[in-house]
Formats: sequence, C-alpha cells, structure tokens
Amino acid sequence: MIRVQNLIKRFGDFTAVNDISFNVNKGEIFAFLGPNGAGKTTTIKMLTTLLRPTSGALELDGLNPAVKQHEARQRFGIVFQDPSLDQDLTAWENMELHGLLYDVPRKARRERTETLLKLFELWEKRDSMVKNFSGGMKRRLEIARGFLHTPKILFLDEPTLGLDPQSRNQLWTQVKYLNETESVTVFLTTHYMEEADRVAHRIAVIDHGRIVAVGSSQELKKRTGTESLEDAFLALTGESLRDETATSADQMRQVAQMWRR
Amino acid sequence: MKAIYILWLRELKRYLRSRVQIIASLGQPLLYLLVLGFGLGPVFRKAGSGSYLQFMAPGIIGMTILFNAVFSGIALLWDRQFGFLKETLVAPVPRLRIMIGRTLGAATVSMLQGTLVLVITLVAGFRPSSLAAMPAGFLFMALIAIVFAGLGVVIGSSLKDMQGFQLVMNFLVLPLFFLSGALFPLEHLPRALAAATSLDPLSYGVDGLRAVLIGMGHFGIAVDAAVLATVAVMLLCLGAWRFSRIEV
Repeated sequence: MIRVQNLIKRFGDFTAVNDISFNVNKGEIFAFLGPNGAGKTTTIKMLTTLLRPTSGALELDGLNPAVKQHEARQRFGIVFQDPSLDQDLTAWENMELHGLLYDVPRKARRERTETLLKLFELWEKRDSMVKNFSGGMKRRLEIARGFLHTPKILFLDEPTLGLDPQSRNQLWTQVKYLNETESVTVFLTTHYMEEADRVAHRIAVIDHGRIVAVGSSQELKKRTGTESLEDAFLALTGESLRDETATSADQMRQVAQMWRR
Repeated sequence: MKAIYILWLRELKRYLRSRVQIIASLGQPLLYLLVLGFGLGPVFRKAGSGSYLQFMAPGIIGMTILFNAVFSGIALLWDRQFGFLKETLVAPVPRLRIMIGRTLGAATVSMLQGTLVLVITLVAGFRPSSLAAMPAGFLFMALIAIVFAGLGVVIGSSLKDMQGFQLVMNFLVLPLFFLSGALFPLEHLPRALAAATSLDPLSYGVDGLRAVLIGMGHFGIAVDAAVLATVAVMLLCLGAWRFSRIEV
C-alpha cells in the first residue's frame, strides 16, 4: 500500500530524511518510532503531498503523491500532530466541511458522519462548538473526520500526545476496530512504546533520518535481546538526548499552548 | 465551485459567531471617528474645509476594511499551522480554489465590518450626498476589501512566524492607513508626501469612496476604480502563487 525507496529530504545542508526505504502492506498497522527530530513527521509530510522529496521514489496505492497529488489525496486521511479542526464550528460542521471538500455524496456523508461520531462517542456533542471540547474529544473528532471519506490509508502523527491513559486506550481500540472492519492501512508515529507494542503489526525505528530496524515488536526485542520494546528502542537509538533548536513552528506551538485553556 | 463556496461560508459563519470580536474591533474606528472627528472638527472648519466628520467618515470606513482584511490574512499563518487550513491543504481540491474561497470570505467579512462602521458614522452625523450614491459606495468598499484581502494572503503565505507580524503592522499596514488621505485632504501636500500617497492603493479607495458619497474627489472616480481593480488582480495573482507554494 505504501512503498518508499531511497527517500531523501534535505533542508539546506541539513538532511532530515537520509535514504530510507520501507513497505507497508495493505491492512497493516505500521508504526514509525524515533526520537525527536528523527525525521518521522518529515516523512509523513512527503507521503501526504505537503513536502516535495529531494530524491527517491514514493508510492501510495500505486500512485506517486508528488505527481498525482489529487488522486493520492483522495486515498489517504491524516491526523496532524497539531490540531487542524475549526474551533469556531461544531463537530457536525467540521465533518460536513470535510465531506464536502472530499466530495462525499450527501447521503453517504450524513450516514457515515453519524456512524463515526457514534463510534467515537461524540454523537451527543455533535452540535457543540469544538472549542469547548477536551483534548481527547478533539483528537477523536479529528480521527473520525480522517475516516469520513473512507480512505485506504490513515496517517496518524503522534495522535495521543498529551492525552490521559483512558483517552489513549479508547482511541487505539477504535482505530484498531476500524482497521479490522474496513481494512484501512494505518501509518502512525508515537512516543509511547506500549502503544506501538499493542497496536502495531510492524514497527520501523528511525534515528537521524535513517531506518535502523524494521520488524514486529517481537522481532525487535529478540534482535536486541531486550525484554520490552522501550529497552529495544533505547538499545537501537542510544540514550543520548536530542536537543534540537526550536523552529518557528515550535515557537508558535508554545504560544498556542499559552492561549489554550 | 463547491469548495470555494464552503470556504467562503466558513469565514462568514466564524465572523457572525464571534460577537465579542465584532464589538471589540469597532473600538478603534469609533475612537478615530469620535475623538479626531470632533476634536479636529473646529480647526478643519476654521480652515474653510467644511465638516471634518463628513470628510473623514469614508476614510474610517476604508481603514476598517484595510485592518480587517489584512488581519484575516495574518490569521492565515496561524490557521495553516494550528487550524483548519492545514486540513484543506491535503484535501483533493486545487490550492487556487482554497485561496479564492478564503480570500472572498475575508473580503466579505471586511465588507460587513465596513458596513457596520458606515452605520455608526451615519449615527454620528455623517450624511452622504444622496441615497443613490450608496450602491457605488458599496462597490468601492468591495474593491478595497478585495485589494487588501489579496494583500493579506500574500503576507499570510509568506510570513514564517508571528514575529513578522509587528514588522508588517508598523511598516506596511499603518503606513498604508496614514498615507491614504483617510485623515487629511490630498490637495496641496509637500511633493514627497504627495508621491507617497499616490503610491498607496488605499488612497484610491478612500478617494473613490469620498467622491461617490460626498462628491469630494481628488484623482477622479474612473482612475480610482481602475487603479483598485488593477492592484486587486495583481495581488490576487501574487497571492495565488505564494499560496500554492505553502509547505507546512
């Protein structure tokens, strides 16, 4: 479903993604693990047409997202690291807007919105403004929205960041459910190892823009001779801290947090 | 077309729901209108130029539209990182349509805000020469709104972070306002100032508005409309190009 070959992305003389290759099979839940600044988000951006690769080959459901942008965009849904809901609209309106942008026919749009909002336990709140939602509710709404146009692939970029264990648990149960019932391929990144351990069929560990290991959680543990995925991860990526310089997006994120209630 | 329409509608809904912001953003025009309007009124009258309130009302309407339109462009910077705009950038809709929908929405909202200020000026004592002038007045308001919504998109797609905001505010938006002749007549200016005002698109907007509403024009209505339309087309093209280059 996803094929990446020798993908490279440079920003000036900084190489964010350095010659990575991997495949994700149809219906698979694939996790991308890596320390901050490893190149996870950059890879997702290239797969989702938001960034042009410096070189390398990409394929989403047989299409090159850099060339067939329009067709590729119809095939995936995405939940970004930063919120992308319209806070001044209701949950229902956010779904409607998305459905209209993706050209989902009216009847199917309404039915699917209802199904998804019910599944993500937001149906009762459909007419409330999103700005009055909790962090967990917003995330659930974003994921529900990502599924609305029945994508073949769903990208989740750190979807559980800042959520309490209950919300995280519920969120993954629902994503898993949809993965099984609709055989949607899921590509996710996270910092929580136990989540990857629980939901992902296969895991790629990425560090300094390179993939250092790919395999199931079992395989990674066996390879490193460790007990838990967390230990395997540390064995693969080392224990040094990654102090990145803050980018303009990070600075804005800080301001955003200040203003959030 | 559907995408353009719903993005336009989104801007409109957001505006109508933000009552507090609507009222807050009326503060500044009200201050200019009441304090300057009545404060400078006697001097203006003594200089033999008639009622200052009458003179400055079109300028304040122009100012309101300018500020509103440019700010909605700057909000685009926020929207593309933390808002719904990011969603639209990965949707199967050409960027040009997204840009058009958003810009038209911003222009419409600025128009509404301008209309609100127009009503306030009427209450404060502003009297257009005739009711028949109103449609032409709205046409000029629309032109001003489109020009600066276009400028807003150019700025919003080009800025990298919020620090640029102060720069834009102090070196672009405020000069655009002060050099526009919103507050003073364009006649008998020192040559340098006259040249600067003639480079400011808002000068033509305010002048056109003044010409149709109270019959006091400097450049001529046809010139005003032509300059505004040309600048609008140029800014929209530039905005479309900048917007298509946005990488999140």
